[in-house]
Amino acid sequence: METTVVKEYTFKDFTSDQEVRWCPGCDDYVILRAMQKALPKMGVKREDVVFVSGIGCSSRFPYYIDSYGIHSIHGRAPGIASGVKLANPNLSVWVITGDGDALAIGGNHFIHVLRRNIDLNIILFNNEIYGLTKGQFSPTSLVGQKTKSSPYGNTQPPFSPGELAIGAQARFFARIGGNTPKEMTQLFIEAEKFKGTSLIEILQNCPIFNDGCFTQYTSKAVREDKQLNVEHGKPMIFGKEQDKGLVLNGLKLEVVTIGENGITENDILVHDAKEQDTTLHQMLVRLQYPMVTGIIRSFDDATLEEREDALTAEVKANSKFTKTDDLFFSGGTYKVE
Amino acid sequence: MITAKVNHQQEVLEAVIIRFVGDSGDGMQLTGTQFSDTSAMFGNDIATFPNYPAEIRAPQGSLYGVSGFQVHIGSVEISTPGDSVDLLVAMNPAGLKTNLQAVKPGHTIIVDTDSFTKKNLVKAQYESNPLEDGSLENYRVIEVSMTSLTKETLKDVSGLDNKSITRSKNMFALGMVYWMYDRSTEHTVEFFNKKFKSKPELIEANTKVLNAGFYFAETLELIPNSYTIAPAKMLTGTYRIIMGNTATAWGLLAAAEKSGLDLFLGSYPITPATDILHELVKHKHFGVKAFQAEDEIAGITSAIGASFAGDLAITTTSGPGLALKGEALGLAMMIELPLVVVNVQRGGPSTGLPTKTEQSDLLQSLYGRNGESPVIVIAASTPANCFDYAYEAAKLTLEHMTPVILLTDGYIANGSAPWKIQSVDDMPEIKNNIVSEANENWHPYNRNEDTLARNWAIPGTAGLEHRVGGLEKDRVSGNVSYVPENHEYMIKIRSEKIKRLQNYIPKLTTEFAESGDLLVIGWGGTYGSLHSAVKQLNEAGYSTIGFAHFNYINPLPKNTEAVLKQFKKIVVCELNNGQFAKVLKMNFDGLNLSQFNKVQGLPFGNSELTEKFKQLVN
Repeated sequence: METTVVKEYTFKDFTSDQEVRWCPGCDDYVILRAMQKALPKMGVKREDVVFVSGIGCSSRFPYYIDSYGIHSIHGRAPGIASGVKLANPNLSVWVITGDGDALAIGGNHFIHVLRRNIDLNIILFNNEIYGLTKGQFSPTSLVGQKTKSSPYGNTQPPFSPGELAIGAQARFFARIGGNTPKEMTQLFIEAEKFKGTSLIEILQNCPIFNDGCFTQYTSKAVREDKQLNVEHGKPMIFGKEQDKGLVLNGLKLEVVTIGENGITENDILVHDAKEQDTTLHQMLVRLQYPMVTGIIRSFDDATLEEREDALTAEVKANSKFTKTDDLFFSGGTYKVE
Repeated sequence: MITAKVNHQQEVLEAVIIRFVGDSGDGMQLTGTQFSDTSAMFGNDIATFPNYPAEIRAPQGSLYGVSGFQVHIGSVEISTPGDSVDLLVAMNPAGLKTNLQAVKPGHTIIVDTDSFTKKNLVKAQYESNPLEDGSLENYRVIEVSMTSLTKETLKDVSGLDNKSITRSKNMFALGMVYWMYDRSTEHTVEFFNKKFKSKPELIEANTKVLNAGFYFAETLELIPNSYTIAPAKMLTGTYRIIMGNTATAWGLLAAAEKSGLDLFLGSYPITPATDILHELVKHKHFGVKAFQAEDEIAGITSAIGASFAGDLAITTTSGPGLALKGEALGLAMMIELPLVVVNVQRGGPSTGLPTKTEQSDLLQSLYGRNGESPVIVIAASTPANCFDYAYEAAKLTLEHMTPVILLTDGYIANGSAPWKIQSVDDMPEIKNNIVSEANENWHPYNRNEDTLARNWAIPGTAGLEHRVGGLEKDRVSGNVSYVPENHEYMIKIRSEKIKRLQNYIPKLTTEFAESGDLLVIGWGGTYGSLHSAVKQLNEAGYSTIGFAHFNYINPLPKNTEAVLKQFKKIVVCELNNGQFAKVLKMNFDGLNLSQFNKVQGLPFGNSELTEKFKQLVN
């Protein structure tokens, strides 16, 4: 392996000269800053970083990061990012998307990019609303939610992004609240390290059109009791007192209290993010209480680039063609004299 | 291998049109290809056209399951596969029924009588057997029990099942046709040796049947004479027979090699463009990255991503796919990246006639995007020059930093013709606009003063980090800008960039006459039909008819108006409802312009053209 010396960056090196134009109080500011802090710690050169976004509030993101970037069209960032990465696998490629962008108009690209496992990082800003078009229900809005396009309540049942993603063979899925910058920075670094498509769902508050949508899980007061932050190889314990945990009861996950009914820490399920079988990961993703955060799934698998590279090397080794002339003048040619 | 010909009366012909028809499984495409390759190697000019059903394995013997292959060979210049045929080889009643109208009266039909069973006649909706009811008396019918003769030929070859035996009957037919047109079986025998390398019994069987057909024709009294077609006068050089779609793929390969860039293809299967994908995926040895995407949109967006990252990026499609790519193509135009979009036109609208040809995507190509979003539009006009125009599309997009739509169509994409092989060494240089170093005044939207092409700064290059996007951008920095004057300036400069291309593309030329009574105008895949029709009239004394064919559509060649004004009348001939005629009317005032349009999913026929042109000059 060639060793490259990467200069020491600070978050300033990844801050562009563009004025940030999100609404005051938006979690997007937190996410941007977390990313600007994470990028210097990834060991990648600034010129090798590419951010690709679709359309929506979150998709302005690339303008604010001083690296290469494309603010593209609605829902299509995964396609563009795939092309960037396949053209130059040395690049660190990031997709910035939202719930409408990724799961409605871009739903097809979202599932297929996950299936292929190209080494990309996808950050899904989920605020359960269309913000940039001023407040319509999205594919993650709840049934009954009143929005500008559902004044009497939303009648369309939502997707759970994690459930959909894992169903589409996502190898890496993590979830995090939009108000925890330190953990978020760390998660971004983990996503970059993972070889394959990593998807991070951020529970992002929209203070204008869907204020408080995740407060019940993410507010400081309840966070520890309502969120279970899983870590690979560790028992799934949560709560202010660290006394709650998950056990399997038949085919369902159940929350138990350590110290009650003879339950000890040893009875609590240990998280295995690297397991290929998705059953438990899907159960964790679906839980409402606690809301599971952290890296839920991190299954190592060959990337599309690796598969392609191996094939290309094999074809090249067995081919008699090195220049197009070899091809053009091969086989059924004839001379006119 | 048989080459000698003895004691037979030979008639010399200038050109001949042969059509092989049979069931989808009868191997008609292979038979036709072998005959055309052999003829090309003999030195004839050729043009071919396959015609097969949209259904992959249509029920045996049915009318809609007929597969055909037409080849036109000559000692003179051949520019179309031709209209009516001199020889029809029909392997079954359905093939005869659906193709009889194409046979010139008095000309020859060879049939496999073994296939004219009651069952097959019913399937072909014949009320009585055409071989017996006198309905073919205007033709010279050669009845051959090909299936039985094939079986008889192979009775001593071991290791063959019944299916392989009957399937080789197409080689019996081919052998007969080889004898009739004084062709050697050498090339086909070589082909067997290669194709069935590991199955010697199939080499033996096919060679035996081919020879049996050849000798059968020689001894058959029903074939009174054979024909000979001398080699055509063609430019010296090394040739091969190439299909339009293959030529397109190869042109792109050549451009990638010449430009020193990797070729990236983002594509989604669609008829009739898919063969370009099939061809390019084979060439991993040249570093081709061919990505079959989840839909047309991901096909083009992946190509846009690859272009941003510095590859020569291509997306290939047909009509409905181009509609789906519209928004993304607008993005590529807005962020001014190189991108080639190949649209192999087919019958539209909507799903239309997927396996048939048409030229009805011209206006979609020119205008099918939101906002003011001009792109370069060029069109190939023959199977072989698909190579040149694919190369040209890549050259233009790299040199001018704006997307290029290359239009071909089902007719030239599936048709084949001799291609004088071009070495990449002899192709024109391809420059690009890549910047590799930052300097103080660098901005992503700095432009080349002549072409107005912007800088192409590729990820991985330190100091050139920048953002692009679909929002309107500042004329220099590329940052988002809502300034009204800047928006108008950018609209104009993106349009001016296309217009400037007129300084780089060839001028329009005319053939047969530089001025006169009538100018026949065409564009794209109709070149062969129009050229041969005007040529024929010219040779018949109509010296005031000229012909101008367009390969460059946006922008039009600089001298277009001057050329057009040299003629009293203009007729624009298109396989659509008059799209290019609209473009000309929109651009130039005072043209005495009429239209000749055909929208049947078929190419122009020779006689309909010549009649129309005569009528216009008389």
